[in-house]
Amino acid sequence: MNAIDWWVLLGTMLGIAAYGTWRTRHTDSLNTYLKGNHTTKWGTIGLSVMATQASTITYLSLPGQAYESGMAFIQNYFGLPLALIIVCAVFLPIYRRLGVYTAYEYLGKRFDRKTRLLGAVLFLLQRGIQAGITIYAPAIILATVLGWPLELTIVFTGLLAIVYTVTGGSAAVNLTQKWQMAVIFGGMLTAFFVLLWKLPPSAVAMAGAMGKLQAVDFTPDLDRRYTFWSGIFGGLFLSLSYFGTDQSQVQRYIGGAALREGRLGLMFNALFKIPMQFFIVMLGALLFVFYAFQPSTPVFFNQAEWQRHMSGAAGPGLRALEAKHTGLHAQRAAAAHAWADARQGGDPLVEASTRAALSEAQRKIEGVRKEAKAALLAVDPRAKTKDSDYVFITFILTQLPHGLIGLLIAVMFASALSSKAGELNALGTTSTIDLWRHFRPLAAQDEKRNVRNAKWFTAFWGFFAIGFALFVRLAENLIEYLNIVASIFYPALLGVFVVAFFIKHVEGTAVFWAAIVAQALVVGIYALGKFFPAHEIGYLWLNPIGCVACVLVSVVLQSVLPLRPAARTS
Amino acid sequence: MKRKPEPASQEPPASPEDEIPGVPGFSTWRGVYLFVLGAFLCMVAALAIFSRLYS
Repeated sequence: MNAIDWWVLLGTMLGIAAYGTWRTRHTDSLNTYLKGNHTTKWGTIGLSVMATQASTITYLSLPGQAYESGMAFIQNYFGLPLALIIVCAVFLPIYRRLGVYTAYEYLGKRFDRKTRLLGAVLFLLQRGIQAGITIYAPAIILATVLGWPLELTIVFTGLLAIVYTVTGGSAAVNLTQKWQMAVIFGGMLTAFFVLLWKLPPSAVAMAGAMGKLQAVDFTPDLDRRYTFWSGIFGGLFLSLSYFGTDQSQVQRYIGGAALREGRLGLMFNALFKIPMQFFIVMLGALLFVFYAFQPSTPVFFNQAEWQRHMSGAAGPGLRALEAKHTGLHAQRAAAAHAWADARQGGDPLVEASTRAALSEAQRKIEGVRKEAKAALLAVDPRAKTKDSDYVFITFILTQLPHGLIGLLIAVMFASALSSKAGELNALGTTSTIDLWRHFRPLAAQDEKRNVRNAKWFTAFWGFFAIGFALFVRLAENLIEYLNIVASIFYPALLGVFVVAFFIKHVEGTAVFWAAIVAQALVVGIYALGKFFPAHEIGYLWLNPIGCVACVLVSVVLQSVLPLRPAARTS
Repeated sequence: MKRKPEPASQEPPASPEDEIPGVPGFSTWRGVYLFVLGAFLCMVAALAIFSRLYS
């Protein structure tokens, strides 16, 4: 990065944060602080919902995942439009009519205080962890490739989000997310067009020939992580949990100028989320073709990790692997050119044979990449061998002109800040409304004290996330890690909300214990899969399993538990 | 005989203006949802065709 990049990066990041802080500095009403001002239109809500969901991991990790495994991950989003329709038709109108600040406040009105607290605690637990991952994930990648100190990157990102979120609350989050999304869209589109400009004419066909464009898989196989069925059913439950019961999303759409604005904001996401994700995974698939035609490609994309071990005792072995990879890469490039020529020639037999040669060359490359990762692990069992998260950032740093590098790094920070701010805002709100105000009902009358406490709680969660990020060490693919955490904690919570909305005769005690049983079941199934990998199921299936278990157990329990006096007399 | 219990809280009824989407071409929210559902099915079909074309 040079001076121009730094100007672009700091100008956009600090400029948006300062603008948000300045515009919302006089927010002193609790309603405005927690729900935003009541003039928010659907466009702002739609972008805000999108910005909260798509963190840096989406923009860094997803292209890498498509580079390595193809576009199948997009099926994860198939349940999203269906879930958003349900949220619009059922969840949102009730939240609006009851005038609640949090989704868990509704559970208190529908059931009892212990169910409300359970919902709030489950949310705080999982969202608190995720807020740490949200800040850690981009920091580890950016610090590694740019040579910045990791701790400083984490603290800088965290503090910047804390400043404007604490100052202006929900209004500041909505305002800044709009501009941050503008930076994200602008930067990603620019990177996409630069990549297109650098690609050979048969790039899409080659990505297809290498199996990178398999977006839909109808195989009814529970073991496969991403299929149409797991996307529709698992994705539906995951999205329903996230958009309907996770306060970080609920808070984005309940505070609009009218119910209509919230609904249209959600429908905007239902229409554009899949195309947006398609564009991101397509970028990853095309990066694969781009690197296949380059004169040289790293055997391992996390070059900082690789170079660290190159200078040690394992150096000769790693250098030998590099040389082997260089030779195979040249073979693959030759095979790719031969296949492209054969394709233009129009002879199906020649095309089939050159395609087989290309597949074989690719198989050999994948083999040497596996060898490289095994060699790193042999030297250092704690080595981070998942390098797909470094594919897109390597492209940005080596292929884009100065100025655009700064813009794309700004995209990564903007996405980190936007999702982080939404999370902090929700964590602060839930702590204030569902914990503090719940246990100190007299203090609820003091408006200024409420706002002051909401600010303190927001800051607390901000520092908690920074602390978590400073001490956590993650090795899994980052976007999957986020979804796995969500799939463990969400299902029971969704079950509680499904019972609340659709099964009117079930009461608080039954649903409370049903949620505990469902949560234990989900943790048990996940742990079983880790101890006995042969029995592991795709994590998306945990969502319907946990939710259905919670609903069924609550109905069974209600049939044996006595009804509350109020319900009996009604 | 045990009476069917009522929910602990009653949600207030929807106001009439909530039912108007205010989107040109759509007079009800049901229409908006059906449009989004249709668009989703088209997207899945397009992706399936795309996968088949480039397999």
